[in-house]
Order: sequence, then structure tokens, then C-alpha cells
Amino acid sequence: MAEWVRDYYRCMRRTPLFDAHRAAGARMVEFAGWEMPLHYGSQIEEHHAVRRAAGVFDISHMLAADVAGAEAKAFLRRALANDVERLKAPGKALYSCLLAEDGGVLDDLIVYFVEPGRYRMVLNAATAQADLAWLGGLAPAGVRLAPRPDLAMLAVQGPRAREKFWDALPEFRAASEELASFCSIERNESFIARTGYTGEDGFELMLPARDAPGAWRRLCAAGIGPCGLGARDTLRLEAGMNLYGADMDAAVTPFESGLAWTVSLEGERDFVGRAALERRSTARQRLGLVLEERAGVLRAHQEVRTERGEGVITSGSFAPTLNASIALARLPAACAPGERVEVAVRGKRLAARLVRPPFVRHGKILV
Amino acid sequence: MKVPETLRYTETHEWVRAEPDGTLAVGITDFAQDNLGELVYVETPDAGRSLKGGESCAVVESVKAAADVYAPVAGEVVARNAALADAPSEVNKDCYGAWLFKIRPAAGVKLDALMDAAAYRKAFGIA
Repeated sequence: MAEWVRDYYRCMRRTPLFDAHRAAGARMVEFAGWEMPLHYGSQIEEHHAVRRAAGVFDISHMLAADVAGAEAKAFLRRALANDVERLKAPGKALYSCLLAEDGGVLDDLIVYFVEPGRYRMVLNAATAQADLAWLGGLAPAGVRLAPRPDLAMLAVQGPRAREKFWDALPEFRAASEELASFCSIERNESFIARTGYTGEDGFELMLPARDAPGAWRRLCAAGIGPCGLGARDTLRLEAGMNLYGADMDAAVTPFESGLAWTVSLEGERDFVGRAALERRSTARQRLGLVLEERAGVLRAHQEVRTERGEGVITSGSFAPTLNASIALARLPAACAPGERVEVAVRGKRLAARLVRPPFVRHGKILV
Repeated sequence: MKVPETLRYTETHEWVRAEPDGTLAVGITDFAQDNLGELVYVETPDAGRSLKGGESCAVVESVKAAADVYAPVAGEVVARNAALADAPSEVNKDCYGAWLFKIRPAAGVKLDALMDAAAYRKAFGIA
């Protein structure tokens, strides 16, 4: 390996599970400045494991950030496009976009209502530092914004994830057995949420970094195979979930990104980006594509030709559950599911069908 | 990383094997398949197609990326490995067995012009 390549790898950040990944034979790649596992041999097998049974992901590159103070709720109602007022009971989670004043998407995140006056957000690795600076600028005195790089994060996902998780880590069973979907609970220094990024049931577990290798080892020993970012990407794509930086960014609004359901326009709440969202036209929409012929793989930036104008794929791949290629695309607002389109793939025009994501949910093909 | 001594290699990671009938079998190397990851699509050239040396003539796509495959030398395609269309992962399992296409080399083509195993290893730092 060339010297500069070694230097480059040395300056990347590593999670507390780096040694465990290497020991498991992971192929490591750079992702948002972190050295992360792409797969442990077969990303397609890892994908199937999560759809059929369970798998565990290291997602410690993502950043938890706590928001605390008497004004925390008012601050988040101003900062986020979704309304934390919807979180009635402690533990409930909410998916939201963080918007710029012009309505562009700065990030997407999950915010957990821990207890009155205390919330926890999970930010994307690539955007976390910019998010913190932005939020810091919006926060009134008295609201404390505390990044938590001391926490490692694991996602255990799949139809058998919860039972296997309890087999591996029985100390968390009592706390998490009654946990409903999109709810969370704090237990000592750890935090368990029934959330994920795969379209399957499961938990996301935050715990002190020092405890992560032990928990990882016990999860793997209980038959929950390690899964890398490769499978994570194909699973979220099948689940119709956006990837920040690919399917949306600061140049587009949530309305153009399939995320209208996450923007709460009820009442007069004055959140950042609202005025611009109400002004901006929405000429484009997000839809899914299924490639009709086995003649290539749909990928980001490929052009889509429709009867109503041009569009572009924002992310695409081979979908192991469908055994076909699928994509998310930004298309003219007049396009509708069921219509046929053409995609430019390596100089050829291939036929694809428009669908409304998700493609797969809880192991079932929906398109 | 396997680099069999009996084959010839290109800078674009094709391997070439001289067959007893005088044709050349062409595939992608272990280095190439390992970097691409699991293949999900393989497109091979039609028999009868005339190729220039270095011409893009096949495609392998993995979950991660698409890659062109180039004709190692000039010649005419005499066969394609049609079985790969339904089983592209065969290339990952046995990249030196799963040839993509065979060509009859044009007159004057010399295999010696391609790299041998030692030169290929050296060029890409393969141990």
C-alpha cells in the first residue's frame, strides 16, 4: 500500500468496535471520515440475514446529541420541521428534517423525548458537526446542547432481532420487552430504542463506548451475524428510506424528497424553513423505480426519461430481496406510480416502472 | 490474492488463457473481483463481433459499481459464457474458471506482449 494511502487511513476515525470488525474479517472503507466495515465477506448474505432472521450493525459513526433545559421543547419546535409536541409520552421517537431558512434539508434525524426538559437526537456522521454549529446558533441561553461521542451505537435488526437480542443481553430484557415501535427507554447509562433503518423490527442500542465490544461479542455469539454498511444501504433502499447526501440535501425540500409526512404544518408554529416551504413550488417528487429487464444496475445520477419530463436517480442498487435493481429518483411532480419510464444505463435506455416506496417492509415485497 | 502462473494479464485486470484450439479465454482477475465485490450483472459480447485490442466489450456490475472489461488483444469473439447471465456470482467464486468470452486472436497477435504473473503482481503490489 502506498505511503499516502496509509497516512490517509490513519487520519480516519475509528469506532470502539474497530478491532472487532478487523478480527471478523471485515472489509473496511472510508465513510464520512470514519473507517467502517463495508461487509464481512458477503453483503448480500448479510442483507438476507436481516430480512430473514437478524443482523447487527455498528452505527457508532452517527452522533447522539442531548438537548436539555426548560426551553428544550420550545427550541426543538423552532429548529425541526416535524413537531416534538407530537411526542406526548416520554420515550417516544420522531423522525424529522432539519431545514435551512430556504427550506433546504440540512439533515434528517431521529429525536427521542427522554423526559420533560430532555431530548436526544441522532445525527448523520457526515453532517453532525455542521448540525451542532447550526443548532448552537439557534439555541437560546439555557438550552444545553451536548454531543455524546462517548456513546457507541449498535443496531440489531430483523424479524428475530428482539428475541436474539434478549438472549444475548438479558440485562436489557425487562426494560425493553414492552417497548412499542418507535419508542425508547433509558436504562442506567444505556439507551434502547425500537427504531432502525432497514424496514425490519429491532432495536438500536446506545451504550458507553467501553461496554460496546463486550455487547457486540455477546450479540454475535447469540447468532446475530455482523452486517456492514453495504447491507445497510441495500436494506434502507428497499425500505424506501432516504440517504442524506444522496436522496436529499440542502438544495431540495422535504416535499421534493418524499418527506412531506415529516413536516408538520399544523397551527402557526414558526419553525426554521416554514416560510420558504410555503412559498416554494414543488415541481418535483420522489418516487421509486424497478428495473424491468435484467440488463444492468440502476445507480445514482442516471437520467430518467418520462412522458412528463426528465428526472434523475438519487440512489440505486441491486435489491437482494427482489432479485432486481431498484432506485429512488427525483421526478416531475406529474409522474405517477405504474407509469413506464426509461433510464440511461451505460449508453443504453432500459425500461423501468414507477412505484411508490417502500419496496419491502417486514420481509414482504410490496411492489 | 491468486495470480496463476499459467495465465497472462492486462493493466485493466483481465486474465487471458491460451486454449488448446488456439482461441483465448478472457476473464477478470481475483484482484478485480475482490475490489468490485459481489457481482450481480454480467454482460458479454456476441459471437462474431470483431474487437480491437483494448476495446471495451463486456461489463461486470457489482452491488457497488459497474466496470468495463476490455479486449486484451485484437480478435473475433467466438463464444460467450452465457451461464453467467443467471449466475454472475460464479465470477466471485471462481474467477479463473468463470471465463467471460473467448476470442480468436487476429494475425500477428503475441501473448508475450501481455504481463506474466510476476509482472502483474508487481504492477499492482499483490503479495
